[in-house]
Amino acid sequence: MDLSLSTRTVGDRTVVEVGGEIDVYTAPKLREQLVELVNDGSFHLVVDMEGVDFLDSTGLGVLVGGLKRVRAHEGSLRLVCNQERILKIFRITGLTKVFPIHASVDEAVAATD
Amino acid sequence: MPTVELRFSALPEHVRTARLVAAAVARRAGVDEAVLDEVRLAVGEACSRAVGLHQSHGIEAPVRVALTEEEKQFSIEVGDEAPHTAVNSGSVPGIVAALDDPEAEGEDEMGLAVISGLVDDVEVSSSQEGGLIRMSWPTAPEPLAT
Repeated sequence: MDLSLSTRTVGDRTVVEVGGEIDVYTAPKLREQLVELVNDGSFHLVVDMEGVDFLDSTGLGVLVGGLKRVRAHEGSLRLVCNQERILKIFRITGLTKVFPIHASVDEAVAATD
Repeated sequence: MPTVELRFSALPEHVRTARLVAAAVARRAGVDEAVLDEVRLAVGEACSRAVGLHQSHGIEAPVRVALTEEEKQFSIEVGDEAPHTAVNSGSVPGIVAALDDPEAEGEDEMGLAVISGLVDDVEVSSSQEGGLIRMSWPTAPEPLAT
């Protein structure tokens, strides 16, 4: 299972749909995608993790890196995730306090704070 | 003697193989299905860390993974050969350090944070010769409630 990535624009948000496994091998592709989006001026990102089967700390590192990049432009990075096994990883690392995590893309796109 | 032993070149693409093998052997050893996700993640974290250490130190040697079925537990040892100058045996840095460092993406610290958050029985040791992460899970049908 490799990593799949697709992006689409919803209003002023860019939704990055991620599928497959995010690990030490595939995480660089996600990093490239996020860097490219920020370089192209997309500063409000929604990362949809519903299709993710596996996430490790390398993936968390890439998401934290993405958050730092968008914040440098007053942007935002929101996550969409309902899978308990993925949410658990955010909880044990304390990252639930760092990322806004939403139950659906619609909710994430509508969110402001 | 380990039930299954793996040695793989320190390349990120082999970490997934180690995860799959570890989960398969753990399942056969009787580790609860509900815990297999944790085994998979923990061994992946330990192997990713070892790969990173070998690559950053230019070490040609393979990463070692020993999967051992014991009487009432299943243990995994992941060994690297990177010389650890600062020996901080047993201590696991938190996520906060990773987030506060603006340069690092903090994967190494986060990897250990994930392992320590997932696995109750874990030992991290290191010396001049290398590091070892040892983790174990109960295989009894009904592990004691904590």
